[in-house]
Amino acid sequence: MELHSLLFLAFAAVALIAAVLVLLSRNPVHSVLFMLLTFVNVAAMFVLLQAEFIAVIQILVYSGAILVLFLFVVMLLAGGERPLPVLNQPLQARAAVIVGLVLVSELALVVLTSTVGGGRRGPDSPERIAAVGGNIEALGRQLYTTWLLPFEIASVLLLVAAVGAIYLAKEDL
Amino acid sequence: MVSDYGPVAIFFVIVIGFAAVSLGLSRLLAPRNPSRVKGETYESGIEPTGEAQRRFDIRYYTIAMLFVLFDIEAIFLYPWAVTYDVLGWYGFVEMMLFIVLLLAAYAYAWRKGALDLG
Repeated sequence: MELHSLLFLAFAAVALIAAVLVLLSRNPVHSVLFMLLTFVNVAAMFVLLQAEFIAVIQILVYSGAILVLFLFVVMLLAGGERPLPVLNQPLQARAAVIVGLVLVSELALVVLTSTVGGGRRGPDSPERIAAVGGNIEALGRQLYTTWLLPFEIASVLLLVAAVGAIYLAKEDL
Repeated sequence: MVSDYGPVAIFFVIVIGFAAVSLGLSRLLAPRNPSRVKGETYESGIEPTGEAQRRFDIRYYTIAMLFVLFDIEAIFLYPWAVTYDVLGWYGFVEMMLFIVLLLAAYAYAWRKGALDLG
């Protein structure tokens, strides 16, 4: 096996193990730190897939901002070690089993029915992306011309999220 | 391709090596006589009170949430800045629209006092 695939498998393995440890850690702060390990490894996988821009987003937004949000949520709830909360909520535990089974069967369906790598390719081949100067240039050319409306809608979505977060957090409006 | 990231790999090796050597050497060479006072949590010279893991004010959550939003805004600025010469004024106007909409969120947060932690 060549180095590229070997590295990809290594990063994927660490990401998966860290993801399982997120669930198994009793200390919520440890869970968040294992989540950081997952995010960083997923970013490395994106680099290996030549999706450099998504890798940078993965580090900046997920490892940076989203993780801070998770830490704040942990801090908002009273801290300390505790038993796995799902285990003493029978209704939640049952719902979790059902949802988990549905997700696993969906994933199995996708893996079994699709021929991996045989999907229809988009118009932007690696050569074309290299010709315009790389990943970020190719994305910028597409995003701010063809996909202008979704981009502007994203700003409205962010505005709504900001107003919603402030509204929920402040009782004296 | 992968070899382009060789320097990154070297960087990681140096970082991990530096941390391991620093911690290892200090463990080997430094004298150790622990006491109760030394083991206490360091809180900028003030005597620590309470537990580290306690509930925090909800206002910090809004700060974190706003940070996420403006982080995403910053992410959208990168491809725009790189392709600015191709997009020209058209790109400038659309990005200004994007920024003004998010400035409205900022103004709302300011008006509602979500940024005051006093």
